[in-house]
Amino acid sequence: MITTKDIRNKYVKNYPSAFCPGCGDGMVLNAMSRAVEKSGIDQKKVAAVSGIGCAAWIPSPYWKVDTLHTTHGRAIPHATGLKVGNKDLEVMVVSGDGDCAGIGGNHLLHAARNNIDLNVLMINNGLYAMTGGQVAPTTEHGEKTLTTPYGNPSQGIDICNVVKHSGASHVARWTTYHMNELIKEIERTIDIKGFSFIEVLSQCPTRTGKKEGLSGVEMLEWYRENTTKNKEEEGIYVGEIQYVERTELTEEIYEQISKRGGKPR
Amino acid sequence: MLKPGTYFMEGNEACAEGAMRAGLGLYAGYPITPASEVMNHLAKELPKTGGRFLQMEDEIASIAAVIGGAWSGLKSMTATSGPGFSLMQENIGYAVMTETPCVIVDVQRAGPSTGQATKPGTGDVMQSRFGSHGDYEIIALAPNSVQEMFDFTVRSFNLSERYRTPVVLLADAGVGHMREKFTIPEKVKTIERKRPKEVDKEFFDTHEEDHVPPMPDFGEGYELMVTGSTHLGDGTRDTASFEAQDRLVRRLNAKINDNREEIEDWEEMGCNRADLVLISYGSISRPVKGAVKKAREDGYDIGFFRPKVIWPSPEDRMKEIGKNSEVMLVELSLQGYRMEVERCVGSENLYIFDILNSLPTIEQVYEKIMEVIE
Repeated sequence: MITTKDIRNKYVKNYPSAFCPGCGDGMVLNAMSRAVEKSGIDQKKVAAVSGIGCAAWIPSPYWKVDTLHTTHGRAIPHATGLKVGNKDLEVMVVSGDGDCAGIGGNHLLHAARNNIDLNVLMINNGLYAMTGGQVAPTTEHGEKTLTTPYGNPSQGIDICNVVKHSGASHVARWTTYHMNELIKEIERTIDIKGFSFIEVLSQCPTRTGKKEGLSGVEMLEWYRENTTKNKEEEGIYVGEIQYVERTELTEEIYEQISKRGGKPR
Repeated sequence: MLKPGTYFMEGNEACAEGAMRAGLGLYAGYPITPASEVMNHLAKELPKTGGRFLQMEDEIASIAAVIGGAWSGLKSMTATSGPGFSLMQENIGYAVMTETPCVIVDVQRAGPSTGQATKPGTGDVMQSRFGSHGDYEIIALAPNSVQEMFDFTVRSFNLSERYRTPVVLLADAGVGHMREKFTIPEKVKTIERKRPKEVDKEFFDTHEEDHVPPMPDFGEGYELMVTGSTHLGDGTRDTASFEAQDRLVRRLNAKINDNREEIEDWEEMGCNRADLVLISYGSISRPVKGAVKKAREDGYDIGFFRPKVIWPSPEDRMKEIGKNSEVMLVELSLQGYRMEVERCVGSENLYIFDILNSLPTIEQVYEKIMEVIE
């Protein structure tokens, strides 16, 4: 039996946590670690790429794998070079909603179109938390943030829908309330050849919580009450959104190389 | 990839051939005039050598994929021109900070902004040095022939691997689109990055004299922490301490500055105590050299100086020249290298011949020389 302590020692580096009390980011780190453990893949071959923001700090420096902590919004194209460079790497991208759907939105679209074998976790807390709580592309209409003091005049984006229609093999949504389902879904992304995208709704007790008067736990309860696994029901749908088999970029590139007499270095 | 021999080709194609000879493993780019021929050529030829070719969604993604490719263990490169080079600046700084070897080819065109896409310019000289934010040093080379497009591409890779740093091949539309003979030698000297030995634990600091730490690949089990944040020798992010910032940034700069002698390269002719020395680089240096030769044949004491490595600049040599001779800078832009040359030779004895959009003839440069010396 592998214990929680074993998981911690095997996958988490011993640095003081930078996350606020009640934050969902540590839970995602836990889920990622358990998923890799369950999948049985070689930890040495796991690479984690992140951009800028709270979520980018989930793998860097905490996760005991090779980590590439890049520039704001650019985790996905960095990960693309890494994966195409060495197809044996299992490349995970951990990105916040601002990082992934805002400044990095174009890269997300095209990585999904390429269907490159990356596993992207977009940790969605609905705003820019590290910089103090500004409006994000995921913030809902009317919400008040630091930069929408009179309510968000824009609409939040349904990013899973965008990724789905851009051609990703695998799209799913979970929350930090659904830990077991999330672990299973991440484990699945490791098996899937193609672009995997999981939106993880995650609580920010410091920015959203304080404003709404909710603790981390109360925000988890909110996820429980406002999500549904039934597509027909009212509420935020959680579960698989898409799974289709499509050609994958890295394999195609390697095949073209070998067909033309090249030998991938 | 072409066999050793002599060919008649375009500068951009020679650059692509040089990259493959240097051991290019991954190319990522985005089409832009006048640099596209580099990627057109590599799209066809690189897979045959085992290298990966990627056309990305924009130049930001291109340089990002290049950096990712470098950490997968491959020699990586992109090619672009002004507008794309502007987009790449943030990640070039990231490559400096993370000590990621890679080559960025900038086939300069006339700017600013969209400017004239097919016309040569050298308005990116200062950008290649200072374009990204923060304190850093960088290496940039300025070729003036198709042969040098090949040779300098190889050297760019060698310098980037040697010093674990991005290197800019600062070409221009003149030399990128020029067609002439060039030779691929039987043996091309290549340099590979320093790999960790068993005892090595730190990949982001070193006490070696050259200031270059060893670099592992991803997937080797080092639990690497690569970050653009200020970091300690083992990669640990340190966003606050004076020591970390001071140690890292000073070493990154020293890596280039303390190795200047090994990096610097220039060509000169008759510069010792000449009445006038013409400084020029890139494609425009060709008619300049022609005019200097003609003036010397006509009995004038005129010198010619051409930096091949433009950053770090050959400042000591330029200062010496400035002490003993008057200087005329000839370039394809108003501001290109001007501040650096002025810094080295002083503004009192510096003449400027700047020309936009196209190369002058030998006669035009000759006339300018006569204007100055008479």
